Amino acid sequence: MQHLLHKYKLDALFLPLAAILVTCLFWYLVAGKSVITEKVDDFGDKIKVTKREGLSADLPTPVETWTASKLYITEPFAKRGELDQGILRFTWESLVLVAQGYAIALIIGTPIGFFLGLSKKFTMAFDPLIQVLRPVSPLAWLPLGMILFSGVKIVNGDGRTTFGASDAAALFTIAVCAMWPTVMNTAVGVRAVPVDYLNVAKVLKLSKWKTLWKVLVPATLPYMFTGFRLSLGIAWLVIVAVEMLTGRPGVGGFLWQQYNANSYAHIILCILTIGVIGYILDRLMSVIEGRFKTA
Amino acid sequence: MPLIEIKNASKGYGYNGNRSEVLKDINLSLEEGEFVVIVGYSGSGKSTLINLISGLVKPDSGEATIEGKKITEPGPDRGLVFQNYSLLPWLNVTENIALAVDEVFKDWTKEQRKEHVKKYIDMVKLTPAAHKLPKELSGGMRQRVSVARTLAMMPKVLLLDEPLSALDALTRATIQDEISEIWRENLTTVLWITNDPDEALLLADRVIPLLPTSPAATLGEPILVDLERPRDRKTLNHDPKFKKLRAQLINTLLDAKGKSKSKTSVKLSLPDILPEDLTTVNSLEFLNRRGPKRRSDNKREEVEVAV
Ligand SMILES: Nc1ncnc2c1ncn2[C@@H]1O[C@H](COP(=O)(O)OP(=O)(O)OP(=O)(O)O)[C@@H](O)[C@H]1O
Ligand SMILES: [Mg+2]
Repeated sequence: MQHLLHKYKLDALFLPLAAILVTCLFWYLVAGKSVITEKVDDFGDKIKVTKREGLSADLPTPVETWTASKLYITEPFAKRGELDQGILRFTWESLVLVAQGYAIALIIGTPIGFFLGLSKKFTMAFDPLIQVLRPVSPLAWLPLGMILFSGVKIVNGDGRTTFGASDAAALFTIAVCAMWPTVMNTAVGVRAVPVDYLNVAKVLKLSKWKTLWKVLVPATLPYMFTGFRLSLGIAWLVIVAVEMLTGRPGVGGFLWQQYNANSYAHIILCILTIGVIGYILDRLMSVIEGRFKTA
Repeated sequence: MPLIEIKNASKGYGYNGNRSEVLKDINLSLEEGEFVVIVGYSGSGKSTLINLISGLVKPDSGEATIEGKKITEPGPDRGLVFQNYSLLPWLNVTENIALAVDEVFKDWTKEQRKEHVKKYIDMVKLTPAAHKLPKELSGGMRQRVSVARTLAMMPKVLLLDEPLSALDALTRATIQDEISEIWRENLTTVLWITNDPDEALLLADRVIPLLPTSPAATLGEPILVDLERPRDRKTLNHDPKFKKLRAQLINTLLDAKGKSKSKTSVKLSLPDILPEDLTTVNSLEFLNRRGPKRRSDNKREEVEVAV
């Protein structure tokens, strides 16, 4: 047995499976179960009464979760209504928003990182400010974004708002929260550019612009991509909070709405989806990052 | 007027507490077309000396001039070949050389520049590897690219900082011959730095020892090498004139070391920059680190040498 496992590298498959199984079992034990009892009501008729019992009575069991979520998973792109769509359709909405906020974060964060890395004065001036702003939670940024962009309103032909204050605030929140790892890592990368390369630039008399693009940026790329990966993780983390607060359709918005509708099984579906997508995004970025590491 | 001149230059690093003097009373003049080699012990300040001319290092006192003008910064009239090649790893051979050419000959047409780059790749026999990245090249090939990059700028003086010390003996011999050949064809002025007395005598018109006197090194009496060119390393070894010059040079270097009995501060340059410690990446401490950490910063040994 031991031998076989080794031979086909099966432990890599079985061990995680076993862990998932154990977790599901634990989940099952904690979850509430429906107990059906027969009772005679006041009119003498026999009726069935369903009651939830268990440690956490409202928590659905794994099987209940699956039954309730099946439709959303088997028809992932269905659209039955604004707030009733397949899970991947919601996810897509969230991803689009994340992509926009993330892009803004990179566009703003990378140059700030370069300034921090290049200029001691700039670092001295802005470091305290950055350190204070960095730990602020997305829940705190969002209301500020609402105020900042309260005037934003883009209306399309038939009078519907296509981009309003809450959209702007959402992007603002994602960008502000996701920016920091890019800022920090780029700054570190710029500082770590070998003196030899900078000497080459000096001896070849490269212009400032060329030094930036031909020497500094390529030498910093591996660090930048580490920052980009971490930033993406945060952007994805923030999206749920943002959607909950703004009520946008998306995987986080769906989660909140299902909580309010007492569909607890769907909450678990959302959590798993968010986790899996986050994992996939991180893997993708690692692959890209690894590619630049070897350069 | 000599092409390059250094007058009474001295240079040290660090401030008050841990200041170390490296060079003092350096006087040197290079005539146009001359091939001068400076020989010195490891860590005696050879790179510092050549960088006074390249403009990467400024003297604390005295001055360095080119054609009578004071050197204050690097310039394309002084081509420096780095001790560690310093090719940009993300550019291939052609691009590495083109980077220099495009910058120095801005007013040429694209075709002219391309031709020029080709010519120099060909000169160092690297045409088949023109599109390879530095990591795909052997040490000897990298050094040839580095030389080609510098030559392609057509500098008035070619400064080579221990260009061959990282290579094995056989490759070294080949490239010595190649560069010496290129020099005879182009007759640029060359200042070559080495720690190998044989290499010095094989290549130079004039050899100047860098003597490790205490506390700072200074240049000794130049030795004229009036051996006929082209020099052949095989016959040279038996040439009585060569043997005499060699003995003279080595004695000068050994004497200086014996007399100074100096405390030599040897900087061990191992493969260098340490990986960043990313565990503290999100903290103030991390932003406030100073520059990259080099392994060589951590290992500095004081060695008492008695010869
Ligand atoms: N930027 C610097 N800051 C402080 N000390 C330095 C710096 N550059 C060189 N030194 C010191 O000056 C001395 C001479 O260094 P230098 O690089 O000129 O020697 P070298 O003869 O070229 O050595 P090598 O044979 O290893 O190339 C060494 O002790 C070195 O530690
Ligand atoms: Mg050196």
